[in-house]
Amino acid sequence: MVKSGTIILNTAARLLMPLQLLFSVFLLLRGHDEPGGGFIAGLVASGAFALYLFAYGVTATKSVLRMVDPRDLIGFGLLLGMISIFPAWFQDQPFLTAQWWTIPGVDFKFSTPLIFDVGVYLAVLGTMLTAIMTLMEVDKDEP
Amino acid sequence: MQLAVLSGFVLAAFAPLFQRWCGERASQALALYPAALALWFLTQLPAVAAGEVLVFTLEWVPSLGISLTFLVDGLSLLFGLLITVIGTFVLIYAGGYLKGHPDLARFHLVLLAFMVSMLGLVLADGLLTLFIFWELTSITSYLLIGFNHSDLEARKSARQGLFVTVAGGLALMAGLVMLGIAGGSWSISELNAMDDLLREHELYTPLLICLLLGAFTKSAQFPFHFWLPNAMAAPTPVSSYLHSATMVKAGIYLLARLQPGLGGTELWVVTLSLVGALTMFTGAFLAIRHTNIKKLLAYSTIMALGTLTMLLGIGTEGALIAFVTFLLAHSLYKGALFMVAGILDHETGTKDVSAMGGLRFAMPVTAVAACVAALSLAGVPPLFGFIGKELMFESVLEAGAWRWLIVLLAFSAAVLTIAVAAIVALKPFFGERRETPRAPHEAPSDMLAGPVVLAGLSLLLGVLPFLAADGVLVAAAGAVAGEPLTFYLSLWHGINLPLIMSLVGLVLGYLVFQRWARIRGRLARLEPVLSRGPEAGYEWLMDAIVRVSEWQTRVLQNGYMRNYILVMVVTLAVLVGYSLLIRHSPQLAIHLDVQFHELIVVALMVMGALVACVSRSRLAAVASVGIMGFCIALIFILFSAPDLGITQLLVETLTVILLILVLFRLPRFAKLSTPLERVRDVAVAGSMGLLIMLLVLTVVDSNQFVPISDYMIANSVPLAHGRNIVNVILVDYRALDTLGEIFVLALAAIGVYAMLKLVAPKPTAKSTKGSAAKEAKDG
Repeated sequence: MVKSGTIILNTAARLLMPLQLLFSVFLLLRGHDEPGGGFIAGLVASGAFALYLFAYGVTATKSVLRMVDPRDLIGFGLLLGMISIFPAWFQDQPFLTAQWWTIPGVDFKFSTPLIFDVGVYLAVLGTMLTAIMTLMEVDKDEP
Repeated sequence: MQLAVLSGFVLAAFAPLFQRWCGERASQALALYPAALALWFLTQLPAVAAGEVLVFTLEWVPSLGISLTFLVDGLSLLFGLLITVIGTFVLIYAGGYLKGHPDLARFHLVLLAFMVSMLGLVLADGLLTLFIFWELTSITSYLLIGFNHSDLEARKSARQGLFVTVAGGLALMAGLVMLGIAGGSWSISELNAMDDLLREHELYTPLLICLLLGAFTKSAQFPFHFWLPNAMAAPTPVSSYLHSATMVKAGIYLLARLQPGLGGTELWVVTLSLVGALTMFTGAFLAIRHTNIKKLLAYSTIMALGTLTMLLGIGTEGALIAFVTFLLAHSLYKGALFMVAGILDHETGTKDVSAMGGLRFAMPVTAVAACVAALSLAGVPPLFGFIGKELMFESVLEAGAWRWLIVLLAFSAAVLTIAVAAIVALKPFFGERRETPRAPHEAPSDMLAGPVVLAGLSLLLGVLPFLAADGVLVAAAGAVAGEPLTFYLSLWHGINLPLIMSLVGLVLGYLVFQRWARIRGRLARLEPVLSRGPEAGYEWLMDAIVRVSEWQTRVLQNGYMRNYILVMVVTLAVLVGYSLLIRHSPQLAIHLDVQFHELIVVALMVMGALVACVSRSRLAAVASVGIMGFCIALIFILFSAPDLGITQLLVETLTVILLILVLFRLPRFAKLSTPLERVRDVAVAGSMGLLIMLLVLTVVDSNQFVPISDYMIANSVPLAHGRNIVNVILVDYRALDTLGEIFVLALAAIGVYAMLKLVAPKPTAKSTKGSAAKEAKDG
């Protein structure tokens, strides 16, 4: 079932996926102030890949992802989540207290919640991709 | 101090590396660690003997008021010295005993870890710290008993030891928590300083029973004594160290440690002295049935542990002095005897004493050490064991409750112990020479060091008892009594009742030894009775646990998704429905303030649900469930919760994708349920839906708490620098929850992956896969 092979879907997927991914990053970064955030952004990104998967199949999607295995994304996401814990300790503040830094020159608030949110984003994306790709691959194994 | 002790764990982790660097010398190299600690303890002797209590505090979890406090008083120091000194020799001994064993590094690792845990246990001042180390000793003991893990018996014995001690550990935890609540403190030294507060507290009885269960299982008191002889499946250095000199005394240590705060009540005195006396007699009685030298020694250890418990129970000043003296004496001679047993086993290839004889020429040093230690065990002057036994008899004669029963049990146990000592020392080394599986010769020096030094100490302290008394025993007895004591130990107490009892005991004991073979024959006839002992109860209990879990797995985990869902839904509906009706009496005051477009959305949802129920096509059912999801998203957006709306939309989309992927793997649609079952399903589903509706209405109606959202809205920008409160909650206010959730998410992904990729090439149990995919989505 993996490849649909319709031109409309293929073309749409090729055009939409980068846009969706871009949109997901946009949602991720603005999430603290406007609707969005790591969880939603992760779901949007998974949607982008899901579309591509349906259009081109697992092998093609893997070659888009190149070296990145979805399972590594999960681990990396969890790692970022854990990393965001530590800065508070160095400031002698309780576990997980948010730390804020302003980057000079750029009007951008960098913070541990942002690191944490990126971690959530990656973990959600990795989980969804692992689930979908595993399910599709099993289908492929069984003609 | 704490770091010095805990660094042992690090050293343990490096034990395999030591093996590589030092090769055969690894044991000696590692023995430097307990030796250094022993030296440190020795340097503290003068201060502690002068009545000082050394306290070492290290903040651990300051916000919970938990600190890692080590406390060195007489009792801790006595135990600390025993652990480190015997530990040093045991490590050296193990190097010879397990020479060339492929798993020697693993042995070192676990033994060192045990040593550190045991030290932590006797030094800890906090109840929780003590408990953690207590459990660590149970676990390391398990690993050491099961060291020869290819042996079924060893595994079984290890499991038995673990079950008994850990079950006791659970009781102990309950007891310690109650103790902490009753005393309002987690520090043992503070609890001991409270005069009668604990003894008169209403929790005293349950608390004491729990503590005693923990202590009795650990220290192999009747009726939990059976695990200790089985633990002899461990390599002999372990038996010598854990199962005679140190770990089994942890329960005794706990009781002695808490005696100033808890001891002296009628419950304490009667339970401890009776259980102790009974254990003492049981141990000695069961010992002489055996010809296996390790079993003989193990049962005589049970006898000694019983004696110690009994002395604590009697609790007079004399009894406490006898307690510390007997403790020290026992550790010295029993450690030595076990090592001798190991040497005999190692050199002759058998553990059966009746198969050995006349070994005194082949192994003279071992023979001397064995005889000295056995004389101390028998309580013959001028050895230290004699002083211990005299003091024991003296205090038994002073016992308050059940005096004559206890005296009788103590005397017969002493007679039997003398017989055991004679069997252990005389049978293998004297008499005519017998053929053994291996040609015996003297043990290597690293194996001789331990028994020689320990037996030598038994002799030295017997001749010069003031060394032991002034060194540590006075301070130790003072720590157990809770007030400073002064006393002198001496060999000669004049002609009195204890001395006469000793002499009569010696004669009787020798007579028992002479007729040992015949007595064993008689006792063999008792086998059917003895085999119905507590161990049979343990076996029955284990079988029952297995049977019950088999039964409940068969009933609950039957592999049918529909049954799982049915059970979950019915349970939820009954429990929630019950408390909802009883506690909140839901009110159906529905304010019909609904807009027209909202009605349309609701109608769409109802239709979606109906279609999903009656549809014969799975794809159609999934699609109509999807309609419901989108309608919910619409409602979120109508009530201005864009974040929720977006999330719902995305989740719904991805769910449909996942469901479709799963649907392709399902078998053809078939009707499996009877009409009656369908009626039941409708009823269950309907009641669940009704319940949720009532629940939501009740929740909306009730205003029991001030909503926390006001605080969150007010502080979102000033504190968390974010205007999107949903996101602020996720990544800041409730970041720990989110962290937990993404871990759950990862676990679900691993579950899906493992189930689909790692199980088998053949498709099995398809329904479970669908549920996993769902979990991945919901997580």
